[in-house]
Amino acid sequence: MAGVILRRLAGAVPVLLIVSLITFGMMRLIPGDPSSVIGGLSATPAQLAQIRADLGLDEPFFLQMLKWYTALAHGDLGRSILLGQDVVGATLQRLPVTLALSAYALVITVVFGLCSGVFAALRQNTVIDQLAMMFAMLGISVPNFFLGLLMIILFAVRLGWLPTGGYIAFTDDPVGWLRTSTMPAISLALLQVGLLARITRSTMLEVLRQDYIRTARAKGLPRRVVVMKHALANALIPITTVVGIIVSLLISGSVVTETLFSIPGMGQLLTQAVLNRDYPMVQGGLLLTTAFLVMINIAVDACYALLDPRVRYESP
Amino acid sequence: MSLLEVRDLTTAFKTERGEVTAVEDISFDLDEGEILGIVGESGSGKSVTALTIMGLLPQPPARVVRGSVHFAGELLTGMSETRLERIRGAGISMVFQEPMTSLNPVLTIGEQIMETVRAHEAISVRDQRLRAIEMLDRVGIPSAVRRLGDYPHQMSGGQRQRVMIAMALACRPRLLIADEPTTALDVTIQAQVLDLLMDLRDELGMAIMIITHNMGVIAETADRVLVMYAGRIVEQAPVARLFDRPLHPYTRGLLDCVPTLEQDRNRLVAIPGSLPEPARRPAGCRFAPRCGHRIDACSAAIPPLVAVDASHASACIRTDILA
Repeated sequence: MAGVILRRLAGAVPVLLIVSLITFGMMRLIPGDPSSVIGGLSATPAQLAQIRADLGLDEPFFLQMLKWYTALAHGDLGRSILLGQDVVGATLQRLPVTLALSAYALVITVVFGLCSGVFAALRQNTVIDQLAMMFAMLGISVPNFFLGLLMIILFAVRLGWLPTGGYIAFTDDPVGWLRTSTMPAISLALLQVGLLARITRSTMLEVLRQDYIRTARAKGLPRRVVVMKHALANALIPITTVVGIIVSLLISGSVVTETLFSIPGMGQLLTQAVLNRDYPMVQGGLLLTTAFLVMINIAVDACYALLDPRVRYESP
Repeated sequence: MSLLEVRDLTTAFKTERGEVTAVEDISFDLDEGEILGIVGESGSGKSVTALTIMGLLPQPPARVVRGSVHFAGELLTGMSETRLERIRGAGISMVFQEPMTSLNPVLTIGEQIMETVRAHEAISVRDQRLRAIEMLDRVGIPSAVRRLGDYPHQMSGGQRQRVMIAMALACRPRLLIADEPTTALDVTIQAQVLDLLMDLRDELGMAIMIITHNMGVIAETADRVLVMYAGRIVEQAPVARLFDRPLHPYTRGLLDCVPTLEQDRNRLVAIPGSLPEPARRPAGCRFAPRCGHRIDACSAAIPPLVAVDASHASACIRTDILA
């Protein structure tokens, strides 16, 4: 088990390398550079050239790249041009916000998606099943920013129950966190709830047809045990794979939601960094986010082995 | 009173083309300690009969149209699911054809045996474990204690079928329904599993209903045989009598299909034609289109199962002439 995880970690290195290469190249391909942002509209060409020289942007492309990777090898991701803060520090400040939001959305996804999927499967082809699947389809079809806007209009503007935006950290004020995070988390989760509900339903239907379910019933086990223990334990194996993908989607999907609800998370940080051509911030922030996503994927694979004994024993 | 009394049992399935009757007017008794063989081609309704008795058919699409099943004096047909759960696994157990897919792949075999005991008896986890070990021992799984924590994929097909039997017998049922218990196994393992079932019958005194399409299995194990064709019982007799003096042309056809050493080695005997689909069963005797002895009267009405003596009955209008 530990060997498998170590191997997967080693396998992540090329992934990170490729991601950083692409980020580095792409940022240089977009027109404009940090000098125009720092210098402003009134800057003279001479001033711009001076700024570029200060930032080392006048050096050849490959030299810049070599310098960046050399620094990376020493654990230095540089400083954000815009914030003046070092990249790791800025990321560590913002990433927890995104993670808390994504975790909240994940809880909503798993609770509602899993429950409605299981429920729909048990009531296959009834009104309950059709209603659940209709809502799932609705969740998949409605763009999450649109739902977010509707919620802001209703709950924040009209009813005044929740703030329109902003963010309070959980550690500062748990209730405040709930008040600021609930609408963003719901709008972030809705699509995934629909996705998970549909996949859970079809997986459960598939599992409930299996011979071992008939065996469990033939043993006289109560229906509750047959469904929750025998069927769900098997259905969770493919569902876990999907949940792993959903986690990545939630984290990357938070960009739009954070912008909409003015939440100072990773998504907002990176969007600002890209718009302002904050090269070090984009490169470093994306690299760290990717590293985090890779680790989540490895964790999901580890869960997979816990759920499925056949996988567990095949590993050397 | 017999342990199991089945009367006029008729089960139908809802399909896109309307309701189709799968088994019709099945009546038989099964006594304590008796081994009843049910034989017939695939699709003749053997498994549907067994699953109807167990109440394991999903309803809908399945529906018990008429008839009754009494087990130890209790009416099973129409019984609530909760009460049926108490009988399944404790009073009547079932072993299925496919040992490779009939065990839950993510639970240990120990847990799968123990949970059966847990569902029916108020005993401690320690005692559940002891029972599981005892059952595994009894069905001939070596080093049972060590294997409790094994998963199904770590065992061979024969071992899994033994585990299935251990699981089915964990609560000492009075009736074991074995649906093609050896069909998926190697020939050598088949004989072992059949021997095991017979030993357990002698030891525990339970009744066994063994469902098979294999006449050899019937000859080896059964006390009494029901022959089914296209959803109906066509002949019923004690096993020796059936092999000696089969009355129904279908039974004769089945017995002729069993290859012998004397016959021409290049030819296998087969009954011409094939089993009609449930929705397209012919009028009158369902075997008539494939029968070499058919006369016009065969297609007029479904021939009833008529007793020729106390233990032997056949559903053929020409029994007197052909016998």
